[in-house]
Amino acid sequence: MRVGIGLPTVVPGMPGPLVVEWARRAEEQHFSSLGVLDRLAYQSYEPLLSLAAAASATNHLQLVTMVVIGPLRHTAMLAKMAASLDALSGGRLVLGLAVGARREDYLAAGVDYHTRGKRLAEQLATLRALWEEGGLSAHDSRESGPDLLVGGLSDQGFGRLARYADGYVHGGGPPRTFARAADKARAAWSDAGRPGKPQLWAQAYFALGEEAAEAGRRYLKDYYAFTGPFVERIAEGLLTTPQAIAQFLRGYEEAGCDEMVLLPTVPSLSQLDRLAEVLRGLGRLR
Amino acid sequence: MRIVILGAGPAGLYAGLLIKKAHPAHDITILERNPRDVTYGWGVVFSDRTLASFQRADYKSYERITSQFVIWDAIDTWYRGEKISCGGHVISSISRKALLGILQERCLELGVELRFGEEIGDLAQLSPHDLLIAADGINSIARKAYSQHFKPSIAPGKAKYIWLGAEKVLDAFTFIFCENEHGLFQAHAYPFSGTNSTFIVECDEASWLAAGLDQADEAASLAYCQKLLEPYLAGARLLSNNSKWISFPTLKTQRWHYNNLVLLGDAIHTAHFSIGSGTKLAMEDAIALANALEQHADLGSAFNAYELERKPVVETFQRAAAESQSYFEQLKRYLGLSPAQFTFNLLSRSGRVSYDDLRLRDGRFGELVDRRFWQERGAPSAPQIAPPPLFAPLALRKLTLRNRLVHAPRTLPPDRLEAGGASALLQAAQSGVGLLLTPPVGVTREGRITPDDLTFAEPEDMLAWETCIQQMHEQSPAKIGLQLNHAGRRGATKPHARGLDRPLREGAWPLVSASPLPYTPQSQPPKEMTRADMDTVRDAFARAALWAHLAEADMLQLDMAQGYLLASFLSPLSNQRADEYGGTLENRLRFPLEVFDAVRAIWPEDQPLSVSLTASDFAPGGITIEEAVLIARALKARGCDLIEVRAGWTVPDAEIPYRRGFLTQLSAHLRNEAGIPTMVGGYLTTTDEVNTILAGGRADLCILESL
Repeated sequence: MRVGIGLPTVVPGMPGPLVVEWARRAEEQHFSSLGVLDRLAYQSYEPLLSLAAAASATNHLQLVTMVVIGPLRHTAMLAKMAASLDALSGGRLVLGLAVGARREDYLAAGVDYHTRGKRLAEQLATLRALWEEGGLSAHDSRESGPDLLVGGLSDQGFGRLARYADGYVHGGGPPRTFARAADKARAAWSDAGRPGKPQLWAQAYFALGEEAAEAGRRYLKDYYAFTGPFVERIAEGLLTTPQAIAQFLRGYEEAGCDEMVLLPTVPSLSQLDRLAEVLRGLGRLR
Repeated sequence: MRIVILGAGPAGLYAGLLIKKAHPAHDITILERNPRDVTYGWGVVFSDRTLASFQRADYKSYERITSQFVIWDAIDTWYRGEKISCGGHVISSISRKALLGILQERCLELGVELRFGEEIGDLAQLSPHDLLIAADGINSIARKAYSQHFKPSIAPGKAKYIWLGAEKVLDAFTFIFCENEHGLFQAHAYPFSGTNSTFIVECDEASWLAAGLDQADEAASLAYCQKLLEPYLAGARLLSNNSKWISFPTLKTQRWHYNNLVLLGDAIHTAHFSIGSGTKLAMEDAIALANALEQHADLGSAFNAYELERKPVVETFQRAAAESQSYFEQLKRYLGLSPAQFTFNLLSRSGRVSYDDLRLRDGRFGELVDRRFWQERGAPSAPQIAPPPLFAPLALRKLTLRNRLVHAPRTLPPDRLEAGGASALLQAAQSGVGLLLTPPVGVTREGRITPDDLTFAEPEDMLAWETCIQQMHEQSPAKIGLQLNHAGRRGATKPHARGLDRPLREGAWPLVSASPLPYTPQSQPPKEMTRADMDTVRDAFARAALWAHLAEADMLQLDMAQGYLLASFLSPLSNQRADEYGGTLENRLRFPLEVFDAVRAIWPEDQPLSVSLTASDFAPGGITIEEAVLIARALKARGCDLIEVRAGWTVPDAEIPYRRGFLTQLSAHLRNEAGIPTMVGGYLTTTDEVNTILAGGRADLCILESL
């Protein structure tokens, strides 16, 4: 299992210049990928633009959206931006798409909330075709465009994943819930008769050090306040010790996860460095 | 704090005593509608895990409960006059009356006030309180008072049951299945005291009506059951206690608390009695609530913590209970199974107990299941020991498969058969399976799904297949099944590496289907098949069958699933024809059966012909499992030997409930209702899953994932 790190574009207080600095450091520390989240009506940096900035300062990191809320964006524009980012980064983009969970993002974008599932399905069905044959690719982009991941899935969603995407991106939670979702993704993949296996990506929040843990929990309680009482469970899931990270990664690895992206909850480079140190101790980073 | 608890059942009493123990200063009153010592129901059961949590929560009541326990280890199943026992299920039970007595006593010791005979019609009648705990059962007045907030839903079961006791000592949990002139009845019976046992008698509505039990009063119902169970009661008397025939109501509730009101136990959730977890869940609720109140300063946080802890557990049990309930509702389906297979099916009904689990619990039962499996499938003599079911050979006409495993690679590396394709197939055949099933092979070039597909359409395909099959026969013991297909409206798509149903822009060929409906909005619109097109396709299948025979394939499978051409005729979602090939099921079957007949006529009499069939479209207005059973029966009548069970894909947005073994239930249904052997996949990766399916009579062959 490879391990990546999140770019804290959705964490309050993230200074603009730190985006590039963070990406550079993530590559120096040999993380496999750099992941971004997507929110519209919440103070944050736009994910594809952030990854473009990150791309300019790095050469090897995979650049992954986990996820971009597809239906908020016009499909052709999304296709063009993704193809451009993929080409500009030398083929390093992994495009994760989902419908997201917040109604206010849809309100802000002026996009109908109730048909979001249907819109995402259309996007999945057409994106690859737009890249391959619709003339929406970029100079020098990969022939079939970037890899597509889908997140946050219903029964219908796993079918769509198997039909159109290259993998699944899990939204978070303990290893056993990931294991169940991974089984669904593999079952759908096999049922569709796709060759090989679906890529399985996952994410989890971390904050190392007592002060950071406190701040991290505060952030999660604010960011996920819309989930009601469930927010407590999310905050409890924050990984705050090397032991917790070790066991969590082991659990995901055993459930077949290909790449785990650990998301910072405090926008400080020392968090990145501390995580890298923990991971090196576990033999999970070079 | 002043706390009022509605209901002095196990949940209410246990919550009262646990909260009082942690907070002696709280003023706790329990109000019960019934007078003291009036209790309904006989015995309740607990697993050892539940007991461990009782031990931690309150040792004194735990000690008193366990001192009155009846503990047993075995489950006996009486079916067709034979008793089959399976041990290793440690369960204990206690009379409900004794349990309530112990809990009442503990409440009084701790200073909880108990008031009996207090009928509360309206929550406004209650004395002032800071916290209201409603443990007042399925008809909870507190839940009903705020039902808009709690959003309850109650689904009545299809079967009828009555809760009786008997003056009889049993030494095991006992399932009794009795068929008589009225239908099928089953009893779930277990001991609960030194002298008495619970007997729950259950039947489907048809049997209940045929026996006239809708008209029977309590005495008449008791007399009927007494007569029905006489051989098993051996003279013991059945007892009733305000017992009535009812349909089990399953209650689910969206929210569990409101302001200072919180619900517990049956007031908020019920789970079918056949998994014996109602009282257990209710008392565990009480433990969780008491803990939450201890750990959180404010009621809101405590209620949230309680709900978060219990809801997932309750949902898990409700799922298992629903599986078990629907099993008993559809029991008649499995009456064709032999006693060992029937018992195995019964014990593994919830999907949570597997072949390996049962073997570990009781090795003798495991050996009996293995031995009978071999014996009933024509082993020359009753073996003393037998390997697990997956190693049993299967005879289909004159063909014998050496075991029950199938390898069915759905795609091959994009190579022609002469190049890499044949070696990939050979490798698959050498994986130890009894049958290798090829990916879909186009019967015409227009019938391919992608340009990379294998075909058996031109004379030049003949040599390649002959060589390939010969090589597999020489180098592996697997039999070779060739899957013939026409892609219909899912044809002319790009290779599957980057997804399915992505229309070819260059080099596409015209498509045909039952009706001119494109598969996805992006797909190429197909042409509606004319009679002449049907002749061409039918003849192509027949020609491919002849060639497959000449190339020495062992089995043929016609693909009538996955939304391909033949499937497009079967489903009303893809077949909107107005002629004799559309509309009624008989019409929709006409062309697929015509193809089947043409192939059956050419394919040798002593070799098996299989069909892959959509057992459910998983889409509104599509084929359901009930209709699939009719299709399977029609195919069986025409000489079909095996059905591969598939589902979904008829239309692109089907809601297929993917998980491990997601096709198993459909296969069990189809196999036992249509009386035809089935082959099933659905993401099976372990021999345990395969043995569980085979031993329970849910399929005859299993497709194992390649790992």
